[in-house]
Amino acid sequence: MDSTQSFRFFNRGPSSVVRLVFFAALSLLLLFVDARYRYLESTRSALSILVTPIQRLATVPGALWQMAGDLYITQSRQHSLIAENDELNRRHQLDAAQLLQYQTMQSENQQLRNLAALPLRNEFTAQLVEITYAERDVFKRRVLVNKGENTSIRIGQVVMDDIGIVGQVTRVYPWLSEVTLITEKDHAVPVQVLRNGTRAIVFGAGDTSQLSLRYMPVSSDVQIDDILVTSGIDGIYPPGIPVAKVITVERDPAYPFAHIVCLPLAGVDKNRHLLILSEMPKLPERPLEQSASGDAEKRAKTRRKN
Amino acid sequence: MSAQVKAAIQARSEIQLPVSNTFILTSVLAALFLNGLPWEGIWLMLRPDFVAVVLLYWCMHKPWRLGVGISWSVGIIADVADASLFGQHALAYTLLAFGGVVLNNRMQMFNLRQQTIQVFGILALTYAVYALVHWQVNGYVVWLYFLGCLTSTLLWPPLCIMFQAMRQKRVDRE
Repeated sequence: MDSTQSFRFFNRGPSSVVRLVFFAALSLLLLFVDARYRYLESTRSALSILVTPIQRLATVPGALWQMAGDLYITQSRQHSLIAENDELNRRHQLDAAQLLQYQTMQSENQQLRNLAALPLRNEFTAQLVEITYAERDVFKRRVLVNKGENTSIRIGQVVMDDIGIVGQVTRVYPWLSEVTLITEKDHAVPVQVLRNGTRAIVFGAGDTSQLSLRYMPVSSDVQIDDILVTSGIDGIYPPGIPVAKVITVERDPAYPFAHIVCLPLAGVDKNRHLLILSEMPKLPERPLEQSASGDAEKRAKTRRKN
Repeated sequence: MSAQVKAAIQARSEIQLPVSNTFILTSVLAALFLNGLPWEGIWLMLRPDFVAVVLLYWCMHKPWRLGVGISWSVGIIADVADASLFGQHALAYTLLAFGGVVLNNRMQMFNLRQQTIQVFGILALTYAVYALVHWQVNGYVVWLYFLGCLTSTLLWPPLCIMFQAMRQKRVDRE
């Protein structure tokens, strides 16, 4: 017999009503909190440790049933298996043939690529960088990228994207480097008109994302939609990389030079990832100019001495 | 002494057989397990709420062992298992346990068929409370859900007989 039985009388009546009210109120509170605020997820996951074994156990009969079903493969099931196997075999052969075709196409594609790629472009290697900061000054067209001295980036290296020239490295920090975009005020890039080879220099306009072709005579052969590519003449920019496209040409005889406006081809203001090209092989120095500048320096030194 | 009273007294003496805590715990765990089986579709609708029936059984037969508080705790566990809102099962099972405890003595005066009718009322209330909460929170009620109330009620007589027999056997062994 239960020892607690004698207390039965006291356990009934008001006590259970009080309990009912207490637990019902608690349930309602929990309901409100859970439905409205979702505060109780951690409690839920803690309690689920208790429940998980039961739930795991509850999946066992289903799994056993399936295993038993797999064990006793009936005649019709065997037929369907054979059919399935045939179908898979057939598909495998088809796929294998396609795979072979794909492989030949791949090697062919590689070969074509090798043939088509400009040999000049294969000479330099490039580092992929990501733009970390954009210049906050509206008058400066600069960005900071996420590689610096740590990956041996040098001042003067050329920055491009998949289409064309974007700018030039102008400052190198240990972990960052500063890229001045070609649209920076008075940033110069030596170019050639792709159509006829006319040499020119394209300058950044600074305040807009435009470029201008300065010091071109009114008679010069530049037309709208001409593509400008780097000439590679001064040994900083590799030759043949697209830079800009001419959008307006104004020839006013009152001025000695034509007013030519271009737009950069590369996504100067768009991309997040850029390529920094490795340094170009050094060109032999220009003897005349070097001696001239050397003389100028000497002259300046002597002046300072005096 | 009329036959009915005699039967009632006999039932009472049977009902007051000792029962171990292990047995109660095992039955509740088994009910949770049965509720957790992968029921699907119409079978899920027809699934009796084993936990509710087992709790009701113990609340009616051993209210001082398994009462409102424990029913509430089991309800919380059922809430976690079913991923229902916290307190949804708990509230329903609290009311269920209260119904069981209140009807504790009265139930023993009835035979099994009469008991079953009363049990149906309690279970219907439990299901209605659960559905009401669901309706309040989610804004709709699946009426087929109440099929489970009927199957749960149908589960009552066999469960009663089975538990009685198991307890009897235990006593005989001792």
